Amino acid sequence: MSDASLLIVDDEPGFVETMQKRLAKRNMTAHTAQSGDEALRRLREFPEIEVIVLDVKMPGKDGLAVLQEIKQAFPLVEVIMLTGHATVPSALEGIQLGAYDYLMKPCSFDVLTEKINEAAALKRRHEVEAAKADGEKA
Amino acid sequence: MDLQPYNNLSRNLALGVIGISFIPLLLVGGLIFVQFSSIYTEKVYAHLGAVVDKHLETIDAFLAGKQYEVLYLDKAFTYEQLTTPAFLERTLKDIQQQYGRVFVDLGVIDASGRQVAYAGPFDQLGADCSEESWYVNSRDSKIAISDVFLGLHRSPHFIVTVNNSDGLRSWTLKATIDFLAFGNQVENIRIGNTGHAYIVNAQGELQTRPRSVETQALSMVASRTVQRPHTTPGVLIERSLGSDGEDYIVVSAALAGADWKLVFQQESSDALSELATAERIALLVLVAGALAILGMALFMNRKLVTRFRLIDLRTEMMNRQMIEAGKLASIGELAAGIAHEINNPVAIMIEEAGWVGDLLEDEGREMSCREEVERALAQIRTQGVRCKDITHKLLSFARQTDTRVTMVSLPELVAEVVNLSMQPARYARIEFSLNIDPHMPPIKASPTELQQVFLNLINNSIQAMEQDGGTLIISCHASPDEVFITVADTGPGIPEANLSRIFDPFFTTKPVGRGSGLGLSICYGIIHQMGGTIEVESTVGHGTSFNIRLPLQRSDTFQGGNS
Repeated sequence: MSDASLLIVDDEPGFVETMQKRLAKRNMTAHTAQSGDEALRRLREFPEIEVIVLDVKMPGKDGLAVLQEIKQAFPLVEVIMLTGHATVPSALEGIQLGAYDYLMKPCSFDVLTEKINEAAALKRRHEVEAAKADGEKA
Repeated sequence: MDLQPYNNLSRNLALGVIGISFIPLLLVGGLIFVQFSSIYTEKVYAHLGAVVDKHLETIDAFLAGKQYEVLYLDKAFTYEQLTTPAFLERTLKDIQQQYGRVFVDLGVIDASGRQVAYAGPFDQLGADCSEESWYVNSRDSKIAISDVFLGLHRSPHFIVTVNNSDGLRSWTLKATIDFLAFGNQVENIRIGNTGHAYIVNAQGELQTRPRSVETQALSMVASRTVQRPHTTPGVLIERSLGSDGEDYIVVSAALAGADWKLVFQQESSDALSELATAERIALLVLVAGALAILGMALFMNRKLVTRFRLIDLRTEMMNRQMIEAGKLASIGELAAGIAHEINNPVAIMIEEAGWVGDLLEDEGREMSCREEVERALAQIRTQGVRCKDITHKLLSFARQTDTRVTMVSLPELVAEVVNLSMQPARYARIEFSLNIDPHMPPIKASPTELQQVFLNLINNSIQAMEQDGGTLIISCHASPDEVFITVADTGPGIPEANLSRIFDPFFTTKPVGRGSGLGLSICYGIIHQMGGTIEVESTVGHGTSFNIRLPLQRSDTFQGGNS
């Protein structure tokens, strides 16, 4: 599974650009955003996005607030928190708010892609289940 | 440690205690003694007054008896009878029979002063007495007692005279009283070593013989009169200064029958000798009490000051630990900030290197320097990972790891950590020696943090023994309220100069790149946060031992472990 569509949200342009290029090389379509608001705009713009890699510490809206909004608007989209400043309470909060996982920068690229793929698979499974449920209702 | 403040405190305490104890002691002791001495002196005065009073009565009675006897003769017999020599002789014999030889003689003197009748041992018949002082002095009163004199016979005596008349003529009956018999009455009054009595006439001339020649020559100057209630009227008590420089108690009383005074005198030091003894005993008790207070004050003082010094030392140690803990906390905050700031650029760096690697895979197959570029990329990745390790350690140091507290079984936790370290230990030829009480109670702690402490200590020991191998000893046991953990090695030990800095953040003796200098700081921070202590002992050439003490909180007092 290497065709996942994802969104990388980080206030560091250098980080998002490089990640985008490296992921693209592995057949992953990576959209980028440098703030929480931009991330929500991109999500509406590209509904095919399955997984979001979300920084926690960002100027303006912080990652946990953005996570909350995303989960409200797009409950099926999986979010992986990726931060340079991991604290147990923030990690716990992230997981409680529905994040798929919580990773610490710098993180091995292979680990990250693996997590992305797992999250994408989960999202697809959830979509199928949701569709089934809708069909049964109909 | 500066001992000056303790010496000052010690001195002030000692002075305070001694002052506070001595002043009441002296006041109470002094008051009691003054009271006692005044009561005792009163008693002595009363006693002497009573003695003099009693003897005064006796002497008065003696004199009155003699006077009465003469008066009786005068009344009972006529002039004619008395002037009959045989009758007078018989009468003298009669009274001598009755009273002993107190009456020396009897005589009748006519108005012209001539002795017209005489019975006695001397030849005084016809003697002219008109010039004799006793005769002259007796003219004005019915009955008189003369002063003591030696008279013609060189023997002390005094004369009782009774004047009488029958209308035709007047005459005087005289009786000479042997003074020795009378003097004995007075001289028998003796109290103590120096107390004695004597009789003086109106002019202050001695009428009896005092006991010593010195007393005869002694002159008295009354210094004060002792006023006493209930003193018999006529009894006068005085404190007098003798011409010999001694202080005397002088008790005097006028005799009723004559112009004489009975005087009793005693050296006050003799009369009050028991008071002096009491004074000495009181002084002795006072000195003993003072010495006891002094000893007690010094002893208590020493104990107190030692205790204060210990408390101060402990406080100082606690302050140092607080400063250490504060230092660690602020470094922790700083470290967390730095870690975050560094993690982002390091992440970009690693990703960029990864990207170069990606590109190299596609494009650079024919590049002549491909190998060199790959090596450089690998190096960038390695160093990036190293940066990450450092920042993660920094973050652990800032206690950003899992600090959730649960009940932890130390034997299990140690077994896990030892398992983790088994492999590197085997490479370094290190043997584990575990001495763990399997029944020790669980302790309230964060397992992650405790693991970190053990891992850091074990890794340090393994690194210390890497070259020559050795034994790593871990022991855990518990007392009712504490847990003792020791992690010891048989490595090269730590030089004394480094021992005091070993828990300082960033202090390391390892080669660059091998140690962050945070491991032991983290251990220190964790153990202190748990309310325990960690200490190091080391002997160069023999090894190092880290000793940890943790407070034991029983599970029944433990609540909300997973909060």
